[in-house]
Amino acid sequence: MLSFFTRQRIRGGVHAEEHKTETAAQPIVHDFPLPKKLYIPLQQHVGKPAEPLIRVGDHVLKGQLLAYSQGMISAPVHAPSSGIILDVNDYPAPHPSALPIRTIVLETDGKEEWLEIHPVEDPFQLSPEDISLRVGAAGIVGLGGATFPTAVKLNMGRENHIDTLIINGAECEPYLSCDDRLMQERAEQIIDGVRLMLHGMETEHAVVAIEDNKPQAFLAMQTAAASHAHIDVIQIPTRYPMGWDRQLIRYVTGKEVPVGSRSSEIGVTIHNVGTAYATHKAIRHGQPLLSRVVTVAGGAVKRPMNVEVPLGTLISELFNFCEVNADETARIIMGGPMMGDSLPHIGLPTVKATSGILALTQAELKDSDEKPCIRCASCVTVCPAGLRPLDMANNIRVNQLDAAVDIGLKDCISCGCCSYICPSNIPLVQYFKYASGEVMARQQAAHKSEQTKRLIDDRNARMERIAQQQREEELARIAAKAERERLKAEQEATV
Amino acid sequence: MIPHLKPTSGAHVGAKSSVSQIMWQVMLAISPATVFGIWCFGWPALNLFVITIVSAVGFEAFCIRLQGRVAIPVIMDGSALLTGWLLAMTLPPWAPWWIGVVGSGLAIVLGKQVYGGLGQNLFNPAMLARVALLISFPIEMTTWANVSPLFFSDSPGLFESWHITFAGLENLDATTGATTLGYVKTEFSQNRLLTDILKDYSGFLNFIGWTRGSMGETSSLLLGLGGVWLIRQGVIQWHIPVSLLFMVAFLASIFHIMDSEHYISPLLHLNSGAIMCVAFFIATDYVTSPNTKTGQMVFGAGCGLLIFVIRTWGAYPEGAGFAVLLMNSATPLIDHYIRPRIYGRDRKGKPLEIPKS
Repeated sequence: MLSFFTRQRIRGGVHAEEHKTETAAQPIVHDFPLPKKLYIPLQQHVGKPAEPLIRVGDHVLKGQLLAYSQGMISAPVHAPSSGIILDVNDYPAPHPSALPIRTIVLETDGKEEWLEIHPVEDPFQLSPEDISLRVGAAGIVGLGGATFPTAVKLNMGRENHIDTLIINGAECEPYLSCDDRLMQERAEQIIDGVRLMLHGMETEHAVVAIEDNKPQAFLAMQTAAASHAHIDVIQIPTRYPMGWDRQLIRYVTGKEVPVGSRSSEIGVTIHNVGTAYATHKAIRHGQPLLSRVVTVAGGAVKRPMNVEVPLGTLISELFNFCEVNADETARIIMGGPMMGDSLPHIGLPTVKATSGILALTQAELKDSDEKPCIRCASCVTVCPAGLRPLDMANNIRVNQLDAAVDIGLKDCISCGCCSYICPSNIPLVQYFKYASGEVMARQQAAHKSEQTKRLIDDRNARMERIAQQQREEELARIAAKAERERLKAEQEATV
Repeated sequence: MIPHLKPTSGAHVGAKSSVSQIMWQVMLAISPATVFGIWCFGWPALNLFVITIVSAVGFEAFCIRLQGRVAIPVIMDGSALLTGWLLAMTLPPWAPWWIGVVGSGLAIVLGKQVYGGLGQNLFNPAMLARVALLISFPIEMTTWANVSPLFFSDSPGLFESWHITFAGLENLDATTGATTLGYVKTEFSQNRLLTDILKDYSGFLNFIGWTRGSMGETSSLLLGLGGVWLIRQGVIQWHIPVSLLFMVAFLASIFHIMDSEHYISPLLHLNSGAIMCVAFFIATDYVTSPNTKTGQMVFGAGCGLLIFVIRTWGAYPEGAGFAVLLMNSATPLIDHYIRPRIYGRDRKGKPLEIPKS
């Protein structure tokens, strides 16, 4: 009854079948054969795409800058290996639509020749601004899947004088275990990355939060952090979506991020463990973000594993390596099965956001046989954002999108809990994504017609003004002429 | 080569539950009380049970066919079966066949399909039918058979049961009587006091269900066990049953303590009539109850209040059906006013303030 009055720390959520053990039990695989070609999209992050500064035919070294970040929110991309630039053109993006985006194609030469790099002796002598700059220059973005440029977040943390840095080691999505393995195998480096982030944000305190289904990762991280009193490693309940930043912030600090604000405004910043590891590599070793650990799993995968691959590796090559059975594959998903995007085919590259690639069999998928809603309200119970998915879906079904917005459509985080739990197999998230897109399209259309109307009004006013001006000039001319004639007549009269 | 696949939104995996599975679990939960009820009231009860269920499914199939859809997949979701079953449980066990048929017609056609079918109805179909029958056919709906279990020598045999179901009951006085609540109500009107009225009452027999009443409503024990099992299975939540039973017990306690000769005790309230069946299986109907926990508590408490009021001061000895229907009509209102707080917003929907520190 007490929870009735106090603010609950975890709300909603589901406990999905984990399917993590197959990949979490074995070490990260490092002997992935270097692909002949790498497809490196220029936009692997939130914000503006990077601008290429190489030409087709250029020879590049591993770690060399291929495209620079442009604008406030953007991130550069680097060559994941040495070789020759084959093409800079539009290629399908790892997105449900597979629409083409600007991509650099690199033909690797197999030499893995590194650019000359300059490791920093003592990074804690660097100024915090310098840490941000180096992190930004290394192309590091949020590796949990949000892909927000990390340097921007470090700056915001510093400017807002945050008091707590939360390191997200929840990895609450089923199947995925790349963060788990990373924490088990590279705990020291992650903790070092956390210390560098703290330095970069001028923050005293960090909390590493790990779901309690990863006891080994927890132990490893706790051991690594033992000598750093200002870094706490804690266990959190295993309950999807525990890794939703705002859920985690509420659980760890008891504070809730207001709608429309950033977490740094309430004194908290959250980064993923993979991001901390990448920060360590960037600062200590001067290495930009060139590869990442990807979980390849699912019922159709014969050799499920966590494997470190260069960015730009095609999914088809990953699937060959992991021996994916094409006949059994009913759906390919980038990310986890709750929030991940389904991909139309496997000729797409892995990018900075690719935490996992799943090849699921029909038996693993949710039944698609849609039944009427029986108002069981399971979706209301599991919604971590406190929405009423059934009412929103009802509004959307009859095309009352404004009503859906009024009851919280824009607060939906697409976590998928409602779709997961629905006994009638209603694709609720699909409804919400459709409606959000439609609302945005309508707003843009309304904005556009408003603009058009304003331009037409302006033009009419301008034309009117010009006509008026011409009339006045005409009148003035006539008057002047009359005046001239009168003067002339007067002159003639006087003469 | 993996062929091109149609993009779909998450979640790609799902909980292993389905509408029909939920319906079957509820049926499993009410089956002990139903079996016990049929055993207690013999062949005529079984006849009525079968007739009600078959006609409920028949009406459902008819309505679906009228819509030009294929009936079998819709029937298979089990919802019509469950509605018929719940209705049968609330009928007097020896009621004639047409009570079952008319009741099923009211429940399925008027109570459910005219609203647009499963999930669309405002009122609980079984309770709507039950109340409509009670108002329209008061004699048949208040003729309560004595407990006369199957295979006992004084109980009606199979052939006799057909006579009761299809031709009507003769010799009413010998085979029927009043329910506990009905008896108490009548005797109160004769100005008798409670200790006197209840001198032959056995709480234990009422608890196990050895008493006159509706076919499946008599056994508080089996209904309660079924309900608790459903809660443990996660099919229903505790909020409605607990708040409903608590409200009745709370009000009954107050009045019983003030005047124990004119207000029946909370135990008797909880142990008789339709209350157990309604609390666990009727009021918890997903479609017609609120969808937040707080809303469900308000709903349950409202049902409890109305049950107590109708039982105590109303003209009917039992008010559970009316109470549920009245609260059903309040459900949209409850859902409108009681809604979860959205993350990062206050109760009114405004973004939270950033705390000054």
